[in-house]
Amino acid sequence: MTSAAEVSTAISASALTKHYDDFVAVDGIDLEVERGELFALLGPNGAGKTTTIKMLCCLLRPTAGTASVMGHDVSTDPLGVKSVIALSPQETAIAEHVSAWDNLSLMAGSHGIDKATAKARSGELLEMMGLVDRADERVKKYSGGMKRRLSIAMALVTEPQVLFLDEPTLGLDPQSRRAIWSYIEELKGETTILLTTHYLEEADALADRIEIIDEAKIVALGTPDELKGSISDGQVTVVEAAGMTADAIEALRQTYPEVKATATGVEIEGSVVNLYDIQDVLRPRGIVVESSYQKQVTLDDVFLELTGKQLRE
Amino acid sequence: MRSAELTKRNFKEVWRDPISLALTIGLPVLMLVVLQALKNADDFFSPSSLAPGVAVFGFVMLMFSAAMSLSRDRESSLFSRLLTTPLKPSEFATGYSLPYLPVAIIQAIVIFAIAAVFGLEISGSAVLVAFILLVCAVMFIALGMIIGSLFTQNQVPFVYMVILLLAIFGGAWVDVESIGGVFKTVGDWFPFAHALSAARDVMSTGAGFSDVSGDLSWLVGYTVIIVGFALIAFRRKMVE
Ligand SMILES: Nc1ncnc2c1ncn2[C@@H]1O[C@H](COP(=O)(O)OP(=O)(O)OP(=O)(O)O)[C@@H](O)[C@H]1O
Ligand SMILES: [Mg+2]
Repeated sequence: MTSAAEVSTAISASALTKHYDDFVAVDGIDLEVERGELFALLGPNGAGKTTTIKMLCCLLRPTAGTASVMGHDVSTDPLGVKSVIALSPQETAIAEHVSAWDNLSLMAGSHGIDKATAKARSGELLEMMGLVDRADERVKKYSGGMKRRLSIAMALVTEPQVLFLDEPTLGLDPQSRRAIWSYIEELKGETTILLTTHYLEEADALADRIEIIDEAKIVALGTPDELKGSISDGQVTVVEAAGMTADAIEALRQTYPEVKATATGVEIEGSVVNLYDIQDVLRPRGIVVESSYQKQVTLDDVFLELTGKQLRE
Repeated sequence: MRSAELTKRNFKEVWRDPISLALTIGLPVLMLVVLQALKNADDFFSPSSLAPGVAVFGFVMLMFSAAMSLSRDRESSLFSRLLTTPLKPSEFATGYSLPYLPVAIIQAIVIFAIAAVFGLEISGSAVLVAFILLVCAVMFIALGMIIGSLFTQNQVPFVYMVILLLAIFGGAWVDVESIGGVFKTVGDWFPFAHALSAARDVMSTGAGFSDVSGDLSWLVGYTVIIVGFALIAFRRKMVE
């Protein structure tokens, strides 16, 4: 049931909504992900990222709105959706009492992939995830990070057209994280990927486009550069000064409405900041400017600006 | 067969859980041995009368163990990940129930082998007895699937108690024929008394297929309905 107009769209959602009794977990989210695109969903804890993914994977029935994956409607054609997707859930999801091989065969077999293909792909993934040596052991004995790696491999083994990765690199050491990043890079263009992450540099480096959601709603959408450019001229002036007071920040706000307190002083959007003005405000209050410099806007700044929240880490 | 790997995983899961295996096979055996030791002149305690009842008791244990592990699995993140694969409800049902069939068969064989030591005699067709027990096993495993899909781990033991009481007072243990009255009326509405009376008739009086076809149709009818409900229960659980 794929019409010509849908060919370039892998995931689309319109006014997608999920209520838990009176609580609104996802509030009318729109989503258009192109084929082969790597699309990141960013948002603070409880924003509704996982809930959105569960609706797209047919694990939760939307309260309202529609969604489709590769032209298959999640409500009317769940089997069609399930045959083209794979999900790496936020929690580690593995069968504990069997081996890593068995876990991978379980996923491959459930997708109707033949044994020989499953074995070849499993072998490659176990290699990539650094689990070859212990692949025959019951995974119950694995460390947390090893279980996590296996859980991700279980989503990759079916080589899906659309891959949902819900915080894939959570709890992994830097080496494993890099291995997964480079694997994702390789999939880019071929596989459509919807990723959620709390590592903003991960989204910045990997994602073609990012949608930021906060309190169940979309607050921004764009390429990483577009999002960073949305903050003044893409620069931030950092002023480090010990003993900053609320009164001083209030005074600075007269000139710079966007001033923000940080752990070491304040940050002001833009590169055109007059340091003398700032010292005129701080000096009478006995606050000494230790240093000031300009830095590139990062996604962290965008995130903080849009949601008023700092991501953990 | 897309459900083959799921069946395999669940099969390993069953055989690598020694405690529940010990319970499902060991407990009925223990029961049989104890009752044989207490044996009196009463006909009801004869091996031929006792073995089918003990086997059914074993199947009820198996139902409990199947229901518990399905209920536990259902709340796991692995299960929800399996729900994102194209497995159909019937394939889930197969994958979760099939591994218990060999356990049921082994249970019955062990129980009958021990009963044979105590002097079990089968006057009628052994194949017919095996068939009756097999249908019984399918029925109880399917019941386990229904219970496991609809109830939480905390609720399963209570539902198990209800089924156990129904089975005991419905003829698996108490001889409803001789008590008569309300027990017999109620027992006759459930499949347990029919299954037991069919098996006992074949074993002790050498009844043939046509003699027990009335009881058998109750049993088979119930089994078909229960398997149907199990499939519906699985379908209902596919999306929260
Ligand atoms: N089963 C449920 N019943 C009630 N509320 C729920 C349920 N599942 C999630 N929620 C609520 O929905 C909101 C969104 O949750 P969700 O898991 O989608 O957040 P998230 O963006 O993935 O957060 P995180 O970054 O912590 O993973 C949260 O406030 C959560 O408490
Ligand atoms: Mg989440």
